[in-house]
Amino acid sequence: MNTAHTVAVAHAPVSAAAGAILPGVRWALARDIRLALRSRAELAVQLLFYVIVVSLFPLATTPERTLLATMGPGVLWVAALLASLLSLPRLFAADYADGTLEQIALSPYPLESLVSGKVLAHWLTTGLPVVVLAPLLGIQYSMDAESLVVLSLALLLGTPVLSLLGAIGAALTLGLRAGSSLLALLILPLYVPVLIFGAGAVDAARAGLGVAANISLLGAGLLIAIVGAPFAAAAAVRIALD
Amino acid sequence: MNWYRFSSPSSFYPLAGRLIPWFAWAAAALTVVGLYIGLSIAPTDFQQGEAYRIIFIHVPTAWMSMFLYLVMAFWGALFLGFNTRLSAMMAQAIAPTGALMTFVALWTGSLWGRPTWGTYWAWDARMTSELILLFLYLGVIALRSAIDDPRRADRACAVLSLVGAVNVPIIYYSVKWWNTLHQGASVSPTGSKMASIMLAGMLVMSFAAWFYAIAVVLARVRTIIVDRERGAAWLAALPEVAKA
Repeated sequence: MNTAHTVAVAHAPVSAAAGAILPGVRWALARDIRLALRSRAELAVQLLFYVIVVSLFPLATTPERTLLATMGPGVLWVAALLASLLSLPRLFAADYADGTLEQIALSPYPLESLVSGKVLAHWLTTGLPVVVLAPLLGIQYSMDAESLVVLSLALLLGTPVLSLLGAIGAALTLGLRAGSSLLALLILPLYVPVLIFGAGAVDAARAGLGVAANISLLGAGLLIAIVGAPFAAAAAVRIALD
Repeated sequence: MNWYRFSSPSSFYPLAGRLIPWFAWAAAALTVVGLYIGLSIAPTDFQQGEAYRIIFIHVPTAWMSMFLYLVMAFWGALFLGFNTRLSAMMAQAIAPTGALMTFVALWTGSLWGRPTWGTYWAWDARMTSELILLFLYLGVIALRSAIDDPRRADRACAVLSLVGAVNVPIIYYSVKWWNTLHQGASVSPTGSKMASIMLAGMLVMSFAAWFYAIAVVLARVRTIIVDRERGAAWLAALPEVAKA
């Protein structure tokens, strides 16, 4: 882990002009993806957490197919929220602990762009696998083909919002006592709209209603989060480093 | 008169001390008047019987719970913008009162729901968003208590309450579209569906809740000032501090 950090930091083009947004995103994205790929087992464990949580619900309730099809979207979404929550410390905690985050904040790139890159890398390594895996788990819940398509689309739009909002909470709780349970208290209430619109889209599809409203709202939420969350998260990182 | 003078804790502390009795007594008097109107003058509701009378507690606390969150976020924004310590102390002082108002609104709502809807709790839009609002308040309080350095706590809580304030309307509408059982709002800026005496009682109780909140927040901000500025010379010179 440590060597990976040093190698990645050594590649940082410190002479880049200030105000370069996209290169900052690209650099942070490449670095975090490289780090994530060097600890693949960690990623696999988080994905397994998702699978296990989803598998517990039928055991706790009923194997009855119609009920499972009703519950499925909600269970898959709640599990996605929990999986996202569990993976949030990955975003900043290790960099904060070994001082890398301070070096990153000192770089000439705007911190907002670096945070965006880190969030994008976080979503690609933890959110996207959940999106890909969800239809498979949906079949276990006897969901029909149309519902599975809508579920994937809703997760595709919703999970980036989870990473973006989560980044704010992850940065606010850096280095705090009981950081992870505090993170849950801070972030899960903010996830509620994503959960409602995401699960609502699949419910609407199952009921034969139009899914456009829910999907559009998820898309709107994603756009707002993309515009606003990096600023809040970068502010939170600066607070933590102060 | 230069109002900015009061952005300094040393000049705000005595001002708050002078204001507290006024707001506290006004709150007590308005509560007595409001409850008198609500419990004995206002007529029995033809649909809900006597049970509706909890409205005189429920609605004012629900209004205050949402309003106080915005006030807390406002002080947080002022603090982030101008770096005035007192703004952060105000935000810190508001959080527990806001959480209390939210809790009372939920509690009275649940007591009201039992006779009218036949259930203590329903996953209704406003109840759910009020519950989430309570979580948001508790999140701010918990974040502050987890951070030892007060300056970092101030800034972190300000960011969190601003993010929450942006989210409160989104949460409200998302839950509203998800499920609605709650009766529609009886009072709106364009007019009211209530008997005017009921409305009067509710408005008096709202002002009571408002003045109570101001008095309690001012009292709390004074203790926060004493706690945080304990090294300051002006504080040591105060008669109540010098005595102790």
